[in-house]
Amino acid sequence: MTTEVVLKIAISGVLTGLVYGLMALGLSVIFGVVRVVNFAHGEMMTIAMYLVIVFFSALGLDPLLMLVPISAVLFALGYLMQRAIINPFINRPEHSQFMLLVAIALIMVNALLLIFGPDSQGITTSYSFDSFDIGGIIIDAGKVYAAIAALIVAVALFAFFRLTLTGKAIRACADNYNGALVVGLDVKRLYALTFGIGAACVGAAGTMLMIVTDVTPAIGPAYTLLAFVIVITGGLGSMPGAIVGGILIGLTEALGGFFFTPSAKTMFSFAILVLVLLFRPQGIMGRKTA
Amino acid sequence: MASKTRISRRTFTAGMGAAGVVAGTAPFNIISAQGAPLKVGVLLPRSGAQAGIGQDCQRGVDITAGILKDLKLPTLQIMNGDTETNVEVARARAERLINEGAQLLVGAFDSGQSTAIAQVAEQKGIPYVINIAAAPPITEQGYKFVFRNFPTAPTILANAFENQIEIFKVTGNAPKTAVFMHVNDTFGSAMQKGFTGTMAKFADTPYKVLETIAYDGTARDLSVEVAKAKATNAEALVMVSRLNDAILITRELVKQRWSPKCVLSMGPGWYEDQYLKTLGKLGDGPMSFVPWYDPNKKLSKALEAALAKSHPGINMNTNHVYTFEALLVAADAYKRAGSADPKALADAIRATNIKDNVSPGPGIQFDAKGQNAALRNSAIQNRGGKLVTIAPKSASNAAAEHPMKPYDKR
Repeated sequence: MTTEVVLKIAISGVLTGLVYGLMALGLSVIFGVVRVVNFAHGEMMTIAMYLVIVFFSALGLDPLLMLVPISAVLFALGYLMQRAIINPFINRPEHSQFMLLVAIALIMVNALLLIFGPDSQGITTSYSFDSFDIGGIIIDAGKVYAAIAALIVAVALFAFFRLTLTGKAIRACADNYNGALVVGLDVKRLYALTFGIGAACVGAAGTMLMIVTDVTPAIGPAYTLLAFVIVITGGLGSMPGAIVGGILIGLTEALGGFFFTPSAKTMFSFAILVLVLLFRPQGIMGRKTA
Repeated sequence: MASKTRISRRTFTAGMGAAGVVAGTAPFNIISAQGAPLKVGVLLPRSGAQAGIGQDCQRGVDITAGILKDLKLPTLQIMNGDTETNVEVARARAERLINEGAQLLVGAFDSGQSTAIAQVAEQKGIPYVINIAAAPPITEQGYKFVFRNFPTAPTILANAFENQIEIFKVTGNAPKTAVFMHVNDTFGSAMQKGFTGTMAKFADTPYKVLETIAYDGTARDLSVEVAKAKATNAEALVMVSRLNDAILITRELVKQRWSPKCVLSMGPGWYEDQYLKTLGKLGDGPMSFVPWYDPNKKLSKALEAALAKSHPGINMNTNHVYTFEALLVAADAYKRAGSADPKALADAIRATNIKDNVSPGPGIQFDAKGQNAALRNSAIQNRGGKLVTIAPKSASNAAAEHPMKPYDKR
């Protein structure tokens, strides 16, 4: 095994991990503020992926150009879902929320099956088969673009939560629900806004993933599970934790698959999850609760 | 003076009762006179994970009626059944079709589903002609009503090696090393074991396998797998895959700038229409070793023409050919049996000797086990979005292009 090959695998793992991180960031944001675990997360991402297929087939639009419009569509979907369906369940037991979101996920999968059929679908852009050769290390160009876009979205999101009044209000809701109500914040609207932002993250991640992979309606649950593994590893509710978790899982799967057996590469990400739960239950960047 | 016959209430009630009994038992009255169409229950995975393949097999059903008419064979009345890609559903649908009057069953693409249908057919005494299923045990059970016009897995693999050796001898440029990648599901693992065992029997195989890489067929990203294969520096890539992973692997071959001398596929994926459509010129080159058709046979040309007319842009493939031939066997047997009596039909199928057929080999005959053991597989190659047959020479229509053109030179 040459060093170039190992480096190539590692870089590929980090790039994929960044996109996974963006997907998990949406889940982390929603849970961190609304305290609802979105079990339809992966399915929402497949909706975004199919939107890419539709726009690419109809208008020939590049996924990088569709990043903002599709994120906006997913934002609207998330906002409306929260206001119309999820909000009445906010104070209900967790099992009710779980059943509600699983039901939404099932409806989404079956609706996609009805509309698009069971076969896998993908797009071929002008750079789909491009790669960069940097000193003998070959790097997938699509993954580089997708990872850069994911980083930009993540930084924009951090800035939104740190620098804008709305972002600060959302953080206040997350920190102290009653306090937020006392100071007169419109918590219901902020919750819907947060769910919309989380959905927009998934929309952006789904759009970027279409550059590097295909989509089938049935793939949603696998992405939901992956997002859970990442946010639990990184720290549930921690935004930087989601990105760090994504990179760690991407890197682990890539190197584990290369040095051991590729068919068991997901086993390595679950091994990381078990280790984190054993030795740092709050996650790598999560805060310890009293 | 003509006497008037009065129908009493009692006579009317008895008549209605008798009519009811006749109507109620009609589905079981399976002996029909020749001239009436033979009721054939076609069981396919029309939904579920194999829906795409089931629908592709249905194309073979769609084009059959016209050809049977041209061959002056009896008409078939098709009764559709959906196995939903599920063994238990396949069993239940087979029972239902028989109860609804099916006089012969055809299907079901998958070995598991076909095994379940075979059990039902044997139990009910209804002839069953398998279109596609490669697991050997199906025709090793001593069944009297089950017939298979499709090669078993060992035959597929043995023919694959024979055809490879023939190709490399003709081209004079055999790869010395190979890396074997296979999907890690039931099919892929069975093929991997079969591949290793069969290869040992072919001493003149020119290459040795440097590494075997199993991968998850549902994986979203196969870059690690391809990087690992590339790192072996093998000259040939031997594949057992499905459609989606075949596309992903080809993309990775291009992106990782690795053009093996040849891609040798022992399963589906690499020759399918969606593969060719998705990858365009990058889809050219791979050789697939599959149950196919003899492009030089007269009936193959008729079938191709019928498919082109009813489904323009679809390349004829295994699914169409073997589904058509299963129906051809049914119609031919019905003609010779002269009735739809299940035993007479089964006896007629056992005595089948169709020379004017589509699949490679001498024709369709069944041995005592109900297996067409004379079938031969082919080697096909993707060429300009179409498929050409390159081996065996007796059933080919093109010479192999080997080594394949590097991806960066297309």
